[in-house]
Amino acid sequence: MGTKTPDGLVRRLLESLDHRAVITDPVRLRTYECDGLTHHRATPGVVVLPETAEQIAAVVRVCNEYGVPFVARGAGTGLSGGALPRTDGVLIVTSRMRRILSVDVADRRAVVEPGVTNLAITEAVRDLGYYYAPDPSSQQVCTIGGNVAENSGGAHCLKYGFTVNHVLALEIVTPDGDIVELSNTDPGYDLLGAFVGSEGTLGIATKITVRLTRAPETVTTLLAAFDGIEQGGQAVSAIIGGGIVPAAIEMMDALAIEAAEAAVACAYPEGAGAVLIVELDGPVPEVTHQFDEVTRICRENGAFELRVAADPAERAAIWKGRKSAFAAVGRISPAYIVQDGVVPRTALPEVLASIDRLSREYGIRVANVFHAGDGNLHPLVLFDDAEAGAGERAELVSGKILDLCVEHGGSITGEHGVGVDKSRYMPKMFSDNDLDTMQLVRCAFDPRGLSNPGKVFPTPRLCGEVPGVRKGVHPLVESGQAEQF
Amino acid sequence: MDPELINDCVHCGFCLPTCPTYVLWGEEMDSPRGRIHLMRQHVEGTPLTPEMAGHFDACLGCMACVTACPSGVRYDRLIEQTRAEVERTHVRRPDDRALRAVVFQLFPYPRRLRAMRLPLRLSAGLRRRIAPRLERINPSMAAMAELAPAVPARVRLPRRVEARGRRRATVGMLTGCVQGEFFPQVNAATARVLALEGCEVVIPPSQGCCGALSLHSGLQGQAERFARRTIAAFERAGVDTVVVNAAGCGSTMKEYAEILEGEWADRARAIRTVDLTEYLAELGPAAERHPLPLTVAYHDACHLAHAQGIRSQPRQLLTAIPDLELREISESSICCGSAGTYNLFQPEAARELGDRKAERVLATGADLLVSANPGCTMQITSAIRRRGAGALPVAHIAQVLDASLRGLPGVP
Repeated sequence: MGTKTPDGLVRRLLESLDHRAVITDPVRLRTYECDGLTHHRATPGVVVLPETAEQIAAVVRVCNEYGVPFVARGAGTGLSGGALPRTDGVLIVTSRMRRILSVDVADRRAVVEPGVTNLAITEAVRDLGYYYAPDPSSQQVCTIGGNVAENSGGAHCLKYGFTVNHVLALEIVTPDGDIVELSNTDPGYDLLGAFVGSEGTLGIATKITVRLTRAPETVTTLLAAFDGIEQGGQAVSAIIGGGIVPAAIEMMDALAIEAAEAAVACAYPEGAGAVLIVELDGPVPEVTHQFDEVTRICRENGAFELRVAADPAERAAIWKGRKSAFAAVGRISPAYIVQDGVVPRTALPEVLASIDRLSREYGIRVANVFHAGDGNLHPLVLFDDAEAGAGERAELVSGKILDLCVEHGGSITGEHGVGVDKSRYMPKMFSDNDLDTMQLVRCAFDPRGLSNPGKVFPTPRLCGEVPGVRKGVHPLVESGQAEQF
Repeated sequence: MDPELINDCVHCGFCLPTCPTYVLWGEEMDSPRGRIHLMRQHVEGTPLTPEMAGHFDACLGCMACVTACPSGVRYDRLIEQTRAEVERTHVRRPDDRALRAVVFQLFPYPRRLRAMRLPLRLSAGLRRRIAPRLERINPSMAAMAELAPAVPARVRLPRRVEARGRRRATVGMLTGCVQGEFFPQVNAATARVLALEGCEVVIPPSQGCCGALSLHSGLQGQAERFARRTIAAFERAGVDTVVVNAAGCGSTMKEYAEILEGEWADRARAIRTVDLTEYLAELGPAAERHPLPLTVAYHDACHLAHAQGIRSQPRQLLTAIPDLELREISESSICCGSAGTYNLFQPEAARELGDRKAERVLATGADLLVSANPGCTMQITSAIRRRGAGALPVAHIAQVLDASLRGLPGVP
């Protein structure tokens, strides 16, 4: 078993869990050492595979009893290391909690367990004419519990909003082991809003009520090929500036196209320096009008080829290249970092030009895939991990890209979360006082700092893991605006 | 285990929901990503523990993960290499060893299988009665007793079947081990369909096992021996195209050039292996299709859909039959649990997957299930029988085409 967890912990866990649901064999434990972000690794002390909220609550209470930290994990696809385990802690994996508990089309809601995959919700209601709108590229794998923790986005969030806009209620296990319900109809503070996107630091979601969205009357998907990302970027600005809100506008540059081509043979137009995928959905007359506008704008901005998906199969073929782009980069590079940042849409051309300069300066290739409509960049920083120093240079380039985002008034993360990977960049966006204020919220939920510690925040403050790091009284407390617990 | 192939995995997890054992148990180490992680641990020096070997043994080798992987990880090669490593270094329990010895000395040898026919024939009903008692002694033996079909009369195939009408091609035909002994009517139908479509069919009597069972179980040496013998048999028959009607055999034969070396790899490349449905779709129809008023559900065999990428051709051939209605089985890309010898060595997991598949097959409301692999046929038949919901006939696609081409009133 994990040598860093206290004696007796496993015995106590076995009181509420079957022996097959508690993993202590070191070889097995190591398979849980990382999520989708592989350069942060830690073998968990113990892994548990609960099947009910009561079991999760029992595990959390045992953790409290021993003062042991715990981390929740769904399918382990996160890209910021949010589910990185603690060697001295318990990893609570929700992969066995995958029942769809109810579907209520009249009320447009479904209640699901946290281990249900994002796509499974859509599949369960598709025949009824509905779907679950947020669609991260990993939607066939990633779990709804993880989506809630990370407030996940996806290509269609431009029009439909992020996870937070589609979660109506939650049942959570609080960091001290109580089962509590939060709803968007609760009066008072929006605790549901605070919980979604809290990256596992405020507790574990055990039951999720999601909004179901009516499938649009019609969907049109268009692929436009440009000579370079500059023209593509201008087309994006013109489309949004023209008052059109497409369901999605995605852009890929030449290197990303090359990778997708190698992986899934998506057959995007040859010689394209950038492709733009524009999806329009809604009532037929509206989509027809928008389609004419979008094609006109693309041509005016230099699109040399326009393709329209004639049927669902062709639509899927266009999306396949985009949705597999991250993992597809594995075909053209031995290793890579998936970066996630946001810039104001208008700053896109300037930031992309700067990324290109950085890439040439450090001799590190960068492939660009992004949700162009809302300025959410996903630069893929490629390197060869066998080459000495390449990893460090890639890290450096990756960090400088985030600097660019912050400098241009953007954000260090659009949808992948802060996790363990970006906590060190938080001070670039927030002042100490901002961070302390966030800690006050966290302490209200998790006074002992046991729920996914070491994530999101750069250094523990106030009530957190190492009490007394901050000297003096918190400014908010001093000014009487907050109370310390 | 090739570290280069291991490093291709970027840990994205796209394989998880496609993996039958992950679907069953929801554990990382019983997913392709987890197993690749275990391989990495072993390559980096962790000894092959019984726990580790257990997770490799639990892999069905269905290759659904290969289809799903955006990074192009060759999990098929990796698991073959890993199984060979397990056989080399892992000491199995005595009962496990004995069972494996029986299976690998029996199934790849058509003559020995033939010797089993008599006892099987006498006791089809009896076998099912004693299966529950066997279950307590050894679940694998119970599975074997339950799975084996009632044996039909032997069919002796000629060495050569002339093409009907204008000859469009000359092809070799693999008769297989289980297909040949337990489902001889499928081979007869295959030969007739090919002949009716204008192919001269050459059936070398000296052919034996193609090596699929051995290759998929880590018995590299035995697999190579069988592969060389199969190549030589078809070379002697003077054909350059071999039509195969068992998905597992076809996928192995397509890999010959990769598993053999030097001169034999070249000789392997000189012979083209095609699945029956792949070949017929490519050839195009010549014979008339007579109506078959049937509702059929088509089952994707993993070694056809995932290993060979053949999904549209069988559906295309079936829907071209007048009056035949084709229904899709939900979760069609998840394995039925047969997976070569899996249902003998991992009977509990195989049974769970079989039950899951039977439920979805029955939900289609079809009156006939069409399968393209003898292992799947036996596995799904016994799972449906277990449910006691009344038998659903199962036929090979060759039998359905044969019935249509000959104008029979139904599938025999």
